[in-house]
Amino acid sequence: MLDSDLTGGVLVYYCINTVDYMHLQISTADGLPIYQQIFNQVRYLVAAGRWQEGEELPPIRVLAEQLAVNPNTVARAYLELERAGVVTKQPGSGTYVSKAGRGLTQREKNKILVRRVDSLLVEAQHLGVELDEVMRLVRERRALLLEKVRP
Amino acid sequence: MNLPCPSSAGAVISVTALSRHFGVQAALQEVSLYVPRGCVCGLVGENGAGKTTLIKHLLGLLRAQTGTVRVFGLDPVADDVAVLSRIGYLSETRDLPGWMRIDDLLRYTAAFYAGWDEGFANRLREQFALSPSVRVRTLSQGQLAKLGLLVAMAHRPELLLLDEPSSGLDPLVRREILEAIIRTVAEEGRTVLFSSHLLDEVERVSDHLAMMHQGRILFSGPLDQVKESHRRFIIRFEAAQARPPQLEGALCISGHGREWKVVSSGLSHLTTAHAASLGGVILEERMATLDEIFVARAKGGQPA
Repeated sequence: MLDSDLTGGVLVYYCINTVDYMHLQISTADGLPIYQQIFNQVRYLVAAGRWQEGEELPPIRVLAEQLAVNPNTVARAYLELERAGVVTKQPGSGTYVSKAGRGLTQREKNKILVRRVDSLLVEAQHLGVELDEVMRLVRERRALLLEKVRP
Repeated sequence: MNLPCPSSAGAVISVTALSRHFGVQAALQEVSLYVPRGCVCGLVGENGAGKTTLIKHLLGLLRAQTGTVRVFGLDPVADDVAVLSRIGYLSETRDLPGWMRIDDLLRYTAAFYAGWDEGFANRLREQFALSPSVRVRTLSQGQLAKLGLLVAMAHRPELLLLDEPSSGLDPLVRREILEAIIRTVAEEGRTVLFSSHLLDEVERVSDHLAMMHQGRILFSGPLDQVKESHRRFIIRFEAAQARPPQLEGALCISGHGREWKVVSSGLSHLTTAHAASLGGVILEERMATLDEIFVARAKGGQPA
């Protein structure tokens, strides 16, 4: 699908409380076409297990209204998702997350992370923080976050 | 830029080489625009670009001096009744009679249209929270816009012409108006042309785009194609450049010293190759936003 950048349009929705619809949010600030943002975000939500296999996607009209975007744009995103095997269209009923749609390749996962790693490294460099210290912080934060998740 | 234009045969709006002068002032120059059925076409451009003048030609309020204007294949000046009965129009100034009550205005307007849908009008009135006994002159800007939209939509027109429908309105009312546009187009076969200088909302709800600047159409076509054909780069050169580097395919170059921002169209591979040959490194590349495209096109000043 074109030269889509998989990270584009994927928001840090789990950190920020944004007004969105079913975790989808559209921005016109980063230049990515809206249908591609929907495509990327749905793929991401499916890969992250937020949308499970067999789950029904909102009807085109409903999603268009909720996101305030053109219905043809949503239709195009759904078509691309179907082509990519992420969703399946059931004639006369709806669009569902398909079995084959699960999982991103390691390369795609890395692509999503690289941007954030880069900005972390640049920030550390500006602040004069050594790599060892950055790595120590990463491990420390991870341990803290895991502690919070466990009751 | 050559974007495939839908043939005028299937177009709801078909304007060819339209020019218009007010005295010595050229308001429209060689404007051509085709809007296919079922499209939402966003007409963008700064104030005074000619958007309202173009819309007035579509309504038959202005006669073409040169060029042709066809709406549903008809001449809106000669066939005014046939054309106007199928159009819903919201003017930029939202001029509605202030002395009328809302229910009076709806009854009055209904009399002009065979296709007036009273049930739909009432649903919209409730949805927009407009109470029937209120006089138009006491309405806020947001309520006026919603009432104007209701009046434009309630006869279920095939073509909805909206001149700056959300200008001067708060985000909540703007959102309601966008949703009304989306619902209109979701119904089979209905076409919308709306003018706006808010590129964000145009990008959201349009599938076609026409950009006007100083009375000309800079370019028009399917929105996805417009977006996919423009890219934006940050290029860093080994040595500081005294003048903006001349790069092939570049529409607009800004910056200074070593770092330059470039917006290019169609031929972006030529732009990057040319930059590389001059010792430039691409620091960042992505699709351009509509804002960047518009500024680049308007600065370049050359119609596509």
